[in-house]
Amino acid sequence: MSVSLTLEGVHTHIGRYHILQGVDFDVPAGRTTMLLGRNGAGKTTALRTVMGLWRASQGRIALNDKPIQGLAASEVARLGVGYSPESMAIFSDLSVKENLTLGARAGPLDRGRLDWIFGFFPALSKFWLSRAGSLSGGQKQMLAIARAVVEPRELLLIDEPTKGLAPAIVGALIACLREIKATGVTILLVEQNFRVACEVGDVVRVMDNGRIVHAGAMADLASDEALQGRLLGLSLDSHQ
Amino acid sequence: MSALDIGAALPRRRAEILPALTPLLVMLVAAPLVGDPATFVTLTAAALAMGMMIFTMASGLTLVFGMMDVLNFGHGAFIALGAYVATLVLAPLKAWVAADSLRMNLAVVALAALAAALACGALGWAFERLIVKPVYGQHLRQILATIGGSIIVVQLIYAFFGPDQIPVALPRSFQGSYVHGEIALEKYRVLATLIGLAVFAGEMLILNRTKIGLLIRAGVENREMVEALGYRIDQLFVGVFMAGSALAGLGGAMMAFYRGQVQAPMGEEFLVLCFIVIIIGGLGSVGGSFVAAILVALIANYAGFLAPKLALVSNILAMVVVLLWRPRGLYPVGGR
Repeated sequence: MSVSLTLEGVHTHIGRYHILQGVDFDVPAGRTTMLLGRNGAGKTTALRTVMGLWRASQGRIALNDKPIQGLAASEVARLGVGYSPESMAIFSDLSVKENLTLGARAGPLDRGRLDWIFGFFPALSKFWLSRAGSLSGGQKQMLAIARAVVEPRELLLIDEPTKGLAPAIVGALIACLREIKATGVTILLVEQNFRVACEVGDVVRVMDNGRIVHAGAMADLASDEALQGRLLGLSLDSHQ
Repeated sequence: MSALDIGAALPRRRAEILPALTPLLVMLVAAPLVGDPATFVTLTAAALAMGMMIFTMASGLTLVFGMMDVLNFGHGAFIALGAYVATLVLAPLKAWVAADSLRMNLAVVALAALAAALACGALGWAFERLIVKPVYGQHLRQILATIGGSIIVVQLIYAFFGPDQIPVALPRSFQGSYVHGEIALEKYRVLATLIGLAVFAGEMLILNRTKIGLLIRAGVENREMVEALGYRIDQLFVGVFMAGSALAGLGGAMMAFYRGQVQAPMGEEFLVLCFIVIIIGGLGSVGGSFVAAILVALIANYAGFLAPKLALVSNILAMVVVLLWRPRGLYPVGGR
C-alpha cells in the first residue's frame, strides 16, 4: 500500500506548551484515515502542523516522500493539500461564489467540478451569490469542504466537519465524504463522532497526550468495544 | 433532496443602508442650525472636499490595519512625504502652474499626485521590509517600530527640505471659486472631491471586481486561511502596504495644494484623524472609511461654525457616539 503522508517523531510547541511529543504515523494513499482521540490529545495541532500553520520544532513530515516540514502553508497547499479547519474559516463577508473562487487558486472555477459539488451540496448552488456569513452552520460546513475540493487535491485535511451539526446534516456530510473518497483523494479526518468515523474511515490513528497510541484498521476498532473504551473513553451509550 | 439543502431560506440580511446615511442625517440636523442656505452649502462643500482628502489618506491605513493587523503609526510620515514630493515636482514646473491653461494645470496636479504616490509606495516597500516585517503579530513593538520609522522619515525631511514651511502654489485654473448667487465653491475643493471620488471608485472596483481585491477582502477577514488556500500572504502584505503608503502620499499631495504650504509635522496631525476615521468606519472597511471620512469632516465643519470650541473635540465625540451605536464601527468586517 503506498503512503501519501508520513510523520516521524514530530514535536510541536505552541508558546511554552509542548503539544505534539513525537508523533509517528502514516496516511495511506487513496484511503480515509481517521485521527481520533480525546479533547486536547493534539489532533488539531497535528493537522495544523502538517499544513504548515504551526511549525514542527522537531521531526520529519513527508508528502509522497518529499519533506514538507518547515514549508509555509501556502507552499504546502500548492503541493495539492486541501484544508478544512475546525472553525470552517469561511470568509463570511464574501459570497459563496467568491469563497469558491478563492479555493480555485490555479485558475477559474471549473464548471464540471462545480456541478459535481452541487450534486451533493445543492444549497451552495441555491445560495451562490449570497453572503457566506448568512448561511446556516451546516451550509457553512459544506462551503468549507467544497472550497477544499473545488480543485482536485492529492490530500485533504479535514478537522471535525460534523461538530455541532444536526444528525440529518451529519448523514449528508458522510455521503459527501464518501463521494470525495471515491475520487481517489487521500483524506486525513479528525472526528469526535465515532459513528461518523466508523462509516467513512478505512484506517485509524488514535492520539493521546500528543502521541499516537494506536494505529490499525477502522473496522477492527469499531468491533472492539474494550479497545474503544481504553483508547477513547467510549461507552456503548456514546455510540448511539 | 439532500439534507444539506434544508434551510432553504437564509436569514434576511439586516439592512446596512443606515450607516451610509449618517452623513445625510448630520446634514439634515445641521441645516436649520446653520440657517443661511448659502453658508450651509459652502460649509458642506468644503467638508466634502476635506472628507475626500481624509478618505484618501485613511483608506490605505484601514487596509493595512485590517488585513495585516499592523498598527502603522508611521502612516503620517507618508502623508508628509507625499506633500513634500509634490513640492519637488512643482518647483521645476512653475510655468505650468502659472499658465492660463486648464490642461497644463491639470497635468501639473496629476504629475505631483503621481510622483507623491509612487515615491511613497516605494518607501512603503522599504518600510514594510525593514521596519514592519520583523514585528508582525507584536502590536506593542509595531507601535514603537513604526513611530521610530516615522521619526526617521520626518527627520530626513527636515534634513533635506529644512525646518521652514514650504509654500505650494495652486495652479491658476484652480484658484478662486465658482460663484452662484451667494454660494461660493472653491475650485480646488471641487477638484479634490472629484479626485477622492475617483480614488474611492477605483478602490471599490479593484476590491470587488478583481482576484487581488478578493484576496485582500478575504485577507482582512482571515489571513491564515488565505495562506492555507495556497496564496503567498507575505507578497500580498507588501503590495497592500505599498498601496496604503501610496494613498497616504497622494492624500498628502492633495492636502499640500489645499493648504498652500507643507510642513513636516502635518503627517502626525492627520494620522490621528485617519485613526478616528478607520475606527468609525470599521477596521478594514474601505466603504466604512469613505462614509466615516465624510461624516467626520461634516461634523468638524458644522461644529467649527456653530460652536468653535466644540470643534476641537467634535471628532472624538463623533467616534464615541458611533461606537456606542455600533461598537465595531459603521461597517464592521468579519470578526473584527
